[in-house]
Amino acid sequence: MIKNIKSFLVIFFLSSLLVACSGGGQQAGSKKSKTLDQTKKQDFVKCGVSQGLPGFSNADAAGNWTGMDVDVCRAVAAAVLGDADKVKYTPLSAKERFTALISGEVDVLSRNTTWTLSRDADIGLTFVGVNFYDGQGFMVRKSSGITSTNQFRSGISACTNTGTTTELNMRDFFESKGITYEPIAFEKADEVVQAYDAGRCDTYTTDKSGLAAQRTKMKNPDEHIVLPETISKEPLGPVVRQGDAVWEDIVRWSLNTMIEAEEYGINSSNASSLKESSENPQVKRIVGAEGEMGAALGLDNDWSLRIIEQVGNYGESYKKHIADTGILPDRGPNDLWTRGGLLYTPPAR
Amino acid sequence: MNINKKVLTNILPQGFVLTFLILLIGFFAFNASVNMGNRGIAFGFHFLSQEASFDITFSLIDYDGSYSYGRAYLVGLLNTLLVSVTGIIFATILGVIFGVARLSDNVLVSKLASVYIETWRNIPLILQLFFWYFAVLRTLPLPENAIPIFDTLFLTIKGLHTPKFIWENFGTFFSAIIIALVISYMFFKYAKKEQEISGKQLPRFWVATGLILILPYLTLLTGIVDLNFEHPELIKLSDTVSTYKGGVTIIPEFLSLLFALALYTSTFIAENVRAGIMGINKGQREASASLGLTKGQALRLVIMPQALRIIIPPTTNQYLNLTKNSSLAAAIAYPDIVLVFAGTALMQTGRAIEIVSITMFTYLTLSISISILMNWYNKKIALVEK
Repeated sequence: MIKNIKSFLVIFFLSSLLVACSGGGQQAGSKKSKTLDQTKKQDFVKCGVSQGLPGFSNADAAGNWTGMDVDVCRAVAAAVLGDADKVKYTPLSAKERFTALISGEVDVLSRNTTWTLSRDADIGLTFVGVNFYDGQGFMVRKSSGITSTNQFRSGISACTNTGTTTELNMRDFFESKGITYEPIAFEKADEVVQAYDAGRCDTYTTDKSGLAAQRTKMKNPDEHIVLPETISKEPLGPVVRQGDAVWEDIVRWSLNTMIEAEEYGINSSNASSLKESSENPQVKRIVGAEGEMGAALGLDNDWSLRIIEQVGNYGESYKKHIADTGILPDRGPNDLWTRGGLLYTPPAR
Repeated sequence: MNINKKVLTNILPQGFVLTFLILLIGFFAFNASVNMGNRGIAFGFHFLSQEASFDITFSLIDYDGSYSYGRAYLVGLLNTLLVSVTGIIFATILGVIFGVARLSDNVLVSKLASVYIETWRNIPLILQLFFWYFAVLRTLPLPENAIPIFDTLFLTIKGLHTPKFIWENFGTFFSAIIIALVISYMFFKYAKKEQEISGKQLPRFWVATGLILILPYLTLLTGIVDLNFEHPELIKLSDTVSTYKGGVTIIPEFLSLLFALALYTSTFIAENVRAGIMGINKGQREASASLGLTKGQALRLVIMPQALRIIIPPTTNQYLNLTKNSSLAAAIAYPDIVLVFAGTALMQTGRAIEIVSITMFTYLTLSISISILMNWYNKKIALVEK
């Protein structure tokens, strides 16, 4: 309810944490990782997620988190601690997320966060990969008769989230079209949806996956359409603190393992049998039957098998959270490169 | 010997505390710089001159995304000041009215005032804010079915659309007001002198009102100054959707914040006013009555000047509270300093420590300025012992 004060306080508190805590996780190079050691000691992965975005990170009534972003956290927990459920989720607003990560409140930020140069380079963060290729779009009411962004006229009011790249893209877009508009930025996605639904704004803009997911929350989803145009690149991916190379590698390869498993047809049900029977050296490396991939990351050799068995491969995760929930049935760019998508991971060898 | 003892008991402990404080602050500063250095974050304020590249709904000065973060800070600060100052004005007016009304002999008036005060005083401010924003202003109609007020103002879910004044030679008009004010002031002084000498009362109020109304109006009549209105017009966004363009739009976020702050704070001011009036000895009232003053005159000339000394200090606190409470704006997307600067700008730059310190320092400066101003006023109206 009083979340604006709360988030201000949280930011303030987290900044003071940053001030107060004596330097954590700055050793790099060796297999020693402060974040890894701490995670093992406390026996859970501290993961920052959204405050509720269906398909990506959303909590049910019992407080169980599910979604694509949540699966990245689960994969890390499976790899490091052997149990995908050993995750402590911290819901964060767009505003709080980076401060929470930098100050050590969370160790992995998996919260539909766009990878940009300034975020990667300027504020002490490292993006480890992309788990969803997205782009910004617009939603309007069907009754408006608007079917394309080309029909937008000056005077339109647009609702979005504050502190996001969408706020910046929106300006670029309207500026390039020479349209004057009224930007209304709320802190929470729920408030944006509510404002748009009530008619305070004519269009709602955010990542297209977000639009599709939020549409399901509207009073009457059929009254709204997502316009076909995509106005920006939004590669969403997990983020870690800069300066702990080992931890960074673990998170990166946990994600890569899910994607590569799909590429080689390994899924949660056939992984262990493939470990016994497969003759394909690439498959054997992914499930840990060959090579010492785990040791290279400071983990045991079953780390990747646990990810696939407990969390599933990327395709399974997508199907379960995004396709079957009706958010985006078509995988589009989020398909394997072998099928014309953008998912292409470096080989695990 | 004596001096030594003084040093030991007074100065030494203070010195210790001071040194400790300096060391503590130094330790935090050092720690922060080491930690930020480790994580590759540079501390600095150079970001303030970088392009902000985000737009703001509502601004008192020229602003769009091509301006700097520094400018965005200014926009936020002015928006905070706007809602605080308007809020303080309305809260004071309402507070005085309801404070006096609660003491009225008329039962209906005093009961109504009590109900007003007790209702708005006992509901948390954030709930009132949500009430005005979500329950009241969100249910307003879409622009197509706007509620017209005198056919010049239009109330919609997107705000209150009012005509915009377009002045020609506004300077002349403004000078006319100033001249009228100066003449009224001089007339007041003259009238006071006249009253002291002869006891005759001149119609001060009517003369001043007349001056302030007529003089500026004359400039309009003579055609030196010209006033035109730009009326808001309903334009089409698509075949079925319309919106108002032109004129001035007072956004619903501002209106709800203003209502919530003004009503909430006015109840506390009303109680201060009541306390002030009740704090004046009954004898004062009786004495004025025996001098033949009417009830209104007694209140205005005898009671209030004394009551103000009791009212001002706690009311200063309420002004400070209102200013600080205006930061609740972020809950309903009113672009105040917290939303724009400690929100969006913080997010886009990631400079938490710098931005949070600037914002805290800003509120501190605002509060101290209000305190100084009110203390000055309080001193001015204090009883001068003769």
